[in-house]
Amino acid sequence: MTDAALPRPMAPAAPRGGLLQALLSSDLPRSRALSALLLAILIGLAITPFVFTGSQPLSTAAKICVFILLVASYDLLLGYTGIVSFAHTMFFGIGGYGIAIALDRLGANWSSIAIGLPLALLLSAALAFAIGLLSLRVRAIFFSMITLAVASAFLVLASQLSTITGGEDGKSFQLPQTLRPAFRLLSEPLFGLTINGRILAYYLVFFVSLATFLLLIRIVNSPFGRVLQAIRENEFRAEALGYRVVAYRTAASVIAALAATIAGALYALWLRYNGPDTTLSFSIMIDVLLMVVIGGMGTMYGAAIGATIFVLAQSYLQVLMGAGSKALAGIPLLPGLIHPDRWLLWLGVLFIVSVYAFPGGIVGKLRRT
Amino acid sequence: MTSTAAPAPPAELPQPKADWIPILLVPVLAIAALPLFGDTSAWVTLTLAGLAMGMMIFLMASGLTLVFGLMDVINFGHGVFISLGAYAALIALGPLAAWGEADSVALNLALLLACIVVAAAVTAAVGAVFERVIVRPVYGSHLKQILVTMGGLIVAEQAIHAIWGASPIPVALPQSLRGAFVLGDIVMERYRVVAVVIGLVTFALMYLILNRTRIGLIIRAGVENPEMVEALGYRIRRLFVGVFVAGSALAGLGGVMWGFYRQTLTAGMGMEVMVLVFIVIIVGGLGSIGGCFVGSLLVALVANYVGFLAPKLALISNILVMALVLVWRPQGLFPVARR
Repeated sequence: MTDAALPRPMAPAAPRGGLLQALLSSDLPRSRALSALLLAILIGLAITPFVFTGSQPLSTAAKICVFILLVASYDLLLGYTGIVSFAHTMFFGIGGYGIAIALDRLGANWSSIAIGLPLALLLSAALAFAIGLLSLRVRAIFFSMITLAVASAFLVLASQLSTITGGEDGKSFQLPQTLRPAFRLLSEPLFGLTINGRILAYYLVFFVSLATFLLLIRIVNSPFGRVLQAIRENEFRAEALGYRVVAYRTAASVIAALAATIAGALYALWLRYNGPDTTLSFSIMIDVLLMVVIGGMGTMYGAAIGATIFVLAQSYLQVLMGAGSKALAGIPLLPGLIHPDRWLLWLGVLFIVSVYAFPGGIVGKLRRT
Repeated sequence: MTSTAAPAPPAELPQPKADWIPILLVPVLAIAALPLFGDTSAWVTLTLAGLAMGMMIFLMASGLTLVFGLMDVINFGHGVFISLGAYAALIALGPLAAWGEADSVALNLALLLACIVVAAAVTAAVGAVFERVIVRPVYGSHLKQILVTMGGLIVAEQAIHAIWGASPIPVALPQSLRGAFVLGDIVMERYRVVAVVIGLVTFALMYLILNRTRIGLIIRAGVENPEMVEALGYRIRRLFVGVFVAGSALAGLGGVMWGFYRQTLTAGMGMEVMVLVFIVIIVGGLGSIGGCFVGSLLVALVANYVGFLAPKLALISNILVMALVLVWRPQGLFPVARR
């Protein structure tokens, strides 16, 4: 196994020691602006509960954490392996349903989570494995279409089998005692903030997302990750060098599915709810695609930046566009185009422009300058 | 092949062997399903309805597989052309609404035809722009094609929202196409008969153009070996554009038929049916028109039968058909040679 024989798309970082190197698997941001941006995101997410009051900023921050993980796992497929899956939200949903069904049926305690999550992970892995074997044998393009078909079938199943999944309405459930808002970890407020179960739940989401994100960085920078990149760059050459492309692609899609399942579980834990619209719908798949491409394919940091920008835009851009639309009220068509509901139109345009003009997305742009 | 005396080599090229098994699959399936039904009239009704459904799916899918076959371009935005076709029909439907309410079959059909012509014209024009702006820069890279056509899909879907509004729009079938023909216990919706006729005519036209005309010959040659066709002096680039435009117009035609069938228009309707379209072209073999036709009928028939016999299973019957076909023939029913 000589991964040195493969072309390395990135120069290996200087082999210095240090905690940061180890944490980031020697895959440093390599750009001052990018480092600053990432640090801002990390610190911002870490201190959100202490800085902002109210539930909206905290919910936005939790959503950003979850989507960073989801988008990063998708990037493992799209950016690193070069295959387009449309079933990623299916695995996201499986994670959510695993938690929701377990907590609903088995009672609101930690052991339910300990049963529900592994089962969800198992189901995701089995499905990803089956889809990969069925479709990656032939051509990567089959994979895209087949994942789309399977994901939509799963969506229909989830909304029809209402006795298990709660159908269109989804499932609300109780969290374990320690994650409920009424729970107090400390009797005294810490830096003016009462550490209740909600805050604990936020930090659970934050730290699990962060740890899994770092694990993904570790995976893409391992010899295994290099093989994936080799497959992306030149499938035939990788095959000729003795790597079984089908096996590597299937493995990548299983790993990505597992990470997406964890993200789905975290999202369900945060929302105390899971339903087809929050985790399974096709529009979330499109959102994820937008986040990966705008942030930058083929870098995990792109996922972090893309997800943050997108979720912030989703929450706050519409307000801005509403103001703009009102200002242009007299003119025909224009107010329709910048109507708050049309924000996706502009992100779509940005998406197309990114694919053409900045294939590296925001991260690629920052690294070049 | 005239004389028997001359030992000269045959003047004609040997005909490729026809692959009959997939074609036989549809009648065999229909006949095999018969014993499962108690009464024959339910079987006839469901079979006819399934065939009509298959025709509509074929209309929507044919453009996609045609484009893929010639250009090796996979257009994930194809669905939006279906939606766009359905919405464009409103342009004709508005001023000509009286034709639809008239008590005359000829006027009713003329209205449908007008809708189809307008829709095909609009989608063809948009297709030309789409090809130029979205698709042309990414020839040769599937990954980028998928991404960029998805982007085009998002933008175009939002544009439909911006132009026609975001709420669903109801459309009424022309007077004489409503209701159904009843023959004893057999029921056949009138509109489905129209769909069958239009589907068959379209398939026959496509088949004739591809197999009996010069342009069809060049297109088929382009599928096999584009460089050689170009070297022989044909502008394959122009051919590509033409095929893309034709594919978009076909999607528009399918969109009109689908919109009238659903009787409500939403911008997402094309994307919803795209799942079925992808299944059909995978089953048929990417790039094969005949495969697309057989695949459409197969998928629609199975969906109808399963929906009647085991409703719980109907949700995933399409996936099962696809999985079985792929296990049998990993490239689809009619694998296209070069791919």
